[in-house]
Order: sequence, then structure tokens, then C-alpha cells
Amino acid sequence: MEREEIFTRLNNVFRDVFDDDSITVNDNTTADDIEDWDSLEHINLIVAIEQEFGLKFNMHDVTTFKNVGEMVNVISNYLNK
Amino acid sequence: MKELQYPFDVEYLIKNKKKIKKVLLEKEGLLEKRVAILGGSTTSEIKNMLEIFLLNYGIKPSFYESEYNKYYEDAMFGNKELDEFNPDIIYIHTTNRNIKWYPNILDDEATISEMLAQENKNMTQMWDKLFAKFNATIIQNNFEYPYYRLLGNKDASNVHGRINYINRLNNLIYDYANTHNNFFINDINYISSCYGLDRWANQFYWHMYKYALEVPAIPYLAFNLANIIKSIYGKNKKAFVLDLDNTLWGGIVGDDGVENLAIGPEVPSGQVYQEFQEYLKEHKNLGVILNIDSKNEYENAIAGLNHPAGVLKPDDFIIIKANWNPKNMNIKDIAAELNLGADSFVFVDDNPAERHIVESTVEGIAVPEVDTPENYIQIIDRNGYFEMTNFSQEDLKKNELYKDNAKRSQMMSTFDNYDDYLKSLQMKAEICSFKPIYLERISQLSNKSNQFNLTTKRYSLSDIENVANSENYIKIYGKLADIFGDNGVISVVIGHIKGKELHLDLWIMSCRVLKRNMEFAMMDELVAQAQAQGLTTIYGYYYPTLKNKMVKEFYEEMGFTLIEEDEKGNKFYKMNVEGYKKQNNVIEVER
Repeated sequence: MEREEIFTRLNNVFRDVFDDDSITVNDNTTADDIEDWDSLEHINLIVAIEQEFGLKFNMHDVTTFKNVGEMVNVISNYLNK
Repeated sequence: MKELQYPFDVEYLIKNKKKIKKVLLEKEGLLEKRVAILGGSTTSEIKNMLEIFLLNYGIKPSFYESEYNKYYEDAMFGNKELDEFNPDIIYIHTTNRNIKWYPNILDDEATISEMLAQENKNMTQMWDKLFAKFNATIIQNNFEYPYYRLLGNKDASNVHGRINYINRLNNLIYDYANTHNNFFINDINYISSCYGLDRWANQFYWHMYKYALEVPAIPYLAFNLANIIKSIYGKNKKAFVLDLDNTLWGGIVGDDGVENLAIGPEVPSGQVYQEFQEYLKEHKNLGVILNIDSKNEYENAIAGLNHPAGVLKPDDFIIIKANWNPKNMNIKDIAAELNLGADSFVFVDDNPAERHIVESTVEGIAVPEVDTPENYIQIIDRNGYFEMTNFSQEDLKKNELYKDNAKRSQMMSTFDNYDDYLKSLQMKAEICSFKPIYLERISQLSNKSNQFNLTTKRYSLSDIENVANSENYIKIYGKLADIFGDNGVISVVIGHIKGKELHLDLWIMSCRVLKRNMEFAMMDELVAQAQAQGLTTIYGYYYPTLKNKMVKEFYEEMGFTLIEEDEKGNKFYKMNVEGYKKQNNVIEVER
């Protein structure tokens, strides 16, 4: 799957989870850019992303996400294995 | 909302909970309750999920959440914020992560028993402390099994095993539950095993976020909890409305003939339907009312129900509608005849098209998505429609009561004069101030009565206990019996005393004794008690809701004078105690 397609699907997950249709994520998006993205919502986001792409992150993955770009890299690695 | 029925699409719920919440908040007449969550691990998502399940039951919660793992401190040493919040419900979300001591393989039995006693003492002190401080209901998790077994299979039987230890600890919690009102167990031990303990205990969520169960399991936990809470507030379902062909037996009685129906132990499909009928019969014994709504000739339906291998017989049902009318119309008729709201029904039908029509045209009815007969029981059971909390003897008799009512309506048609009919019933009432044995029933009635209810004020068991123990209230209940049977406690009036005035906070009556002049007998006793206490004036209030139009003119009928009516239809009345004349002359009253 191309990064672009991952971004499109990821964007929909963000919009659903934060219930905000104005969200558009890019490589540099971090929790600071989205008002409701706190540590408690973070877990819901992770679960929703896992379900969207049909994969399971491990603890190492989740602890290394610094921004959405890194998230997409990890997703992409899983999908293109 | 269908999405909030078992089985759930967890992915959908997690992603869309905010949207769901918005939609549910638009409902009118939500009951507001304060819920304190005292957690031994992270509880944020539990709160969010609980909120949408409660909203779906018509309960609008506000929340207090203890700081991370501060359940014990909050309970034992108090917390200003919690005190001010003054919860109606306290949910203690502890898990096996919160058990302080586990047996060591070197400990002797006495040490382990002592450990257990200490663990139990800590919890008991905490609950006692909360009960002493708050006028609230406590819901406590039991403990789920650990996700590993140091002793392997021996972990269950050996005193050093954690499984063994947790079972013993749970039994101590149950002892407390069995000896305390307003204390209920949230059985996560069962829920986690249904869900699958391996997934439930997914350690990723503990180490990453300190959730003691995996986040996708939370809807199941929250749903189970919401079922307890909705039951406490009288929002259980009350009746089954059942289809016949391919629902209670295999085959179509009109086409296949009674002798060819699949029911009974001989064949697998017959066994399945037999077990389902047994399951329904057990519900009847618990006081759930059974009814039939089937597209069939009436004779064929009765013939099918008389199948020798059938568990349910025609006599087990209160109302049998077997005709060719649309099912939703039959349901409305059943509701009218039982004097129950159709929103208290569970409709079971194998046909998805019938389910769809009923679900989309009968507001509030539960329509479980039963797919294949061998799954009927599981799908219905997991939905917790009939969750038992305040279980009263009245419930056990409910089917008899409704049957007696059906007999009464038959008898009525043979009398020309209504008073003669009433006298022929030889009604005997007991009307007195609250007595301890009836408090549970009184609270239940206050939560269940919607139609004959002047103020629609709800009282939890602890609220009723407070009223019962206070001198500032006149509080009377009425029981009514007649030649057909005992109806039990069916009416309650509560008024608070202010100087020489009595203000009526609550006047309710069960609809199964409508038009029996019981309200006049209650009024007579109310005035008698007011006179005895030297009160001069009684004030009545009527607050309209969607359901209580039947009592709009009630106080006029009782002889009150209307003082004021506002634009919303709220009415305010007054009556002088002096010169009151007794109004009941058909019921013999014991005071």
C-alpha cells in the first residue's frame, strides 16, 4: 500500500476518533496539533488504527511514535511485509 | 439504539462513541444520575463507554473519576471533590492487579487464611465507610482470574494457587453482597471468561496504559455495568413477545402439521427448541410475562403449543395473538391489554423482516438479533434485559397477577352496575405507614410507575429508607387483595410536612388496579393521618410527562381545588382537611 493511501485512510480514522471533519494529518502532525489528542484518547486512536489496517502494534512500535509520519512508516512496514 | 445491543461491533463503538453520544443526548426525559468511578487502574474509556450505554437506557450520567488507582484513598480518607459530587452510584473498578497479598508457596494454611481475612477486611471497611458517608448504591467488581497459573492445574485446588485464592476472596465479597442492600457485584469474572481471558488480559494495555483489561473488551464491561444500573432504576424489560413458527419450534404448524414440528429430545433441532422453551419458562418463574404474536390461525397456534413434547403450554402465556394482523399492531394491542408500555417488551422472531418492522415502528422495544436457533439463548441472555437487582417476592407472582386481571375483565362484562361489580370483588386493602418489609417494593414501584404518577419523582431504596425513618413525612402504602388474588403493594403516597401544611411529593398507583377506587381509599387514609397530626391543608402537584396524561385531572377527582396552572401544564392544588368526607365505600380497609 502506498503512503498516500495510508494517509487517506488514517485521516478518516482521525476524523472519526476525534469527531472533527476539519482534521488533515501530515508527516509532521503531532498530538500538539489536535486539541483532543491526549494520552487517554491516544489509546483509542491506536485501537482504531489497528482495526482499520487489520494489524497489531507491539509496545515497541507505540512507544516510538513521535509524529504521524513515523506512524505511517510503521503501518507501511507491517502492510508490505 | 441497535449498535448498543449485544453482540456489538466494538470497532464501530470505539470510533463513533462521540457521535453516538450526541445523538443519544437529544432524547427527552433523560434521568440524571451522578456516578463516581473509583478505579484501581485506568478508567477513562470505561467512563466513556458506560456513558453511551446508560444514555441508551435513558439515564444521563455525570461522573466523578478518582485519580489513578486512588479508589482506596478516596473511600477511606475522603476527598472534598467526591463529597461535593455526592454520588448516586459508586462503582469500584478493582481487578486482580489490586489484590495486595497473594499466597507464597512457603506459607502455611493459617497464614493464607489470615491474608484473606485482611484483604477482605480492607474492602469491607471501605464499603462500610462509603455507605456511612453517602446515600448511594455501591457496585463492586469481583476478581477475574489471573492470566497465568504458577501451579498449573493445581492452581485451582491448592490453597497456594492464585485461582484458589481468588475464588475464596470472591466468596467473601458475595457474603457482603448477600447481607447488604444497595450493594451489587459486577461479575467481571464471568464477563472476562465469556470474552476470553487471554484477550481480556492482553498485557499490552496494562504496561502501556495501565488498563487492567484490553480496550476492545471495555464495551462488554461497560454494558454489563449499565445493565445493573438500569435495573436499579427500574428500567428492566418486563415481558417477552414471541413468534411461534421457527422461533418456539422448528417448522410451520399450519403447513407441516403439529405432528411434524421439531420439538423434543429426539432430534437435534427439536432439542434446541426444547431448551429455548425451558429457558423462557424459567423467565416466567422469575416474573417475566410471556405473550405470543404469531401469524397463524388461532387453532393451529394452540395446537402447536399443546404439542406433548412442548415445555410451554397455552396456560403459560398471558396474551396469545395468533392472527394475520401486522405484528406491530398486535404488539400495540398486547401493550394496551397488559397496561404496559411496549418499550418494556422483548420481541423474539426468527424472521429478520418482521424484526425490522417491529423495531422501526415500536419505540423502545428490544429486538435481539437472533440468528440461528442454537444461539437464541446466548444472544438474549447477554443482553441483560431482565437483570435482577432489587428482586422482590412480587416479581415471582407477576404472572399470576396478570392472569387474575384477565379473569377480572371477563367478570366485569356480566355486571350492569360498576359499583356492584366492585363490591362483588370483595376487595380488602391494607393501608398504613411504610413498614421495613415493603421498602424494597415501594422503591421499585416508584421507579416503574409512569402512567399513574403525578410527579414522576424517583426514589432509590436508600431514598425510601430516609423517608421511612423521618418524622417530617406522611408516607403510606396500600396493598389490595380481592377474590381473585393478592395484588401486593400497589400504591404509595409521600408528602412532606411544613408547619401545618402537607405537600404531596409522590402519588403513584400500579395500573393493574386502575378503576378499583383504591385511590379514594388512599385519600381517606391520607386525610386521616393529616388530621391526626393537626395539619390543616394539603397541597397537590401534577407535572405532565409523555406518559402520565391519565392523571391530569386526578386531584380534581379527589376533591382538590386548582390554584394555578402554568404554560407547561404543571398544576398546583389545595385542599382543606376540615370537612373532608370519606370517599371509599367499596373496599374494606385495614389500617
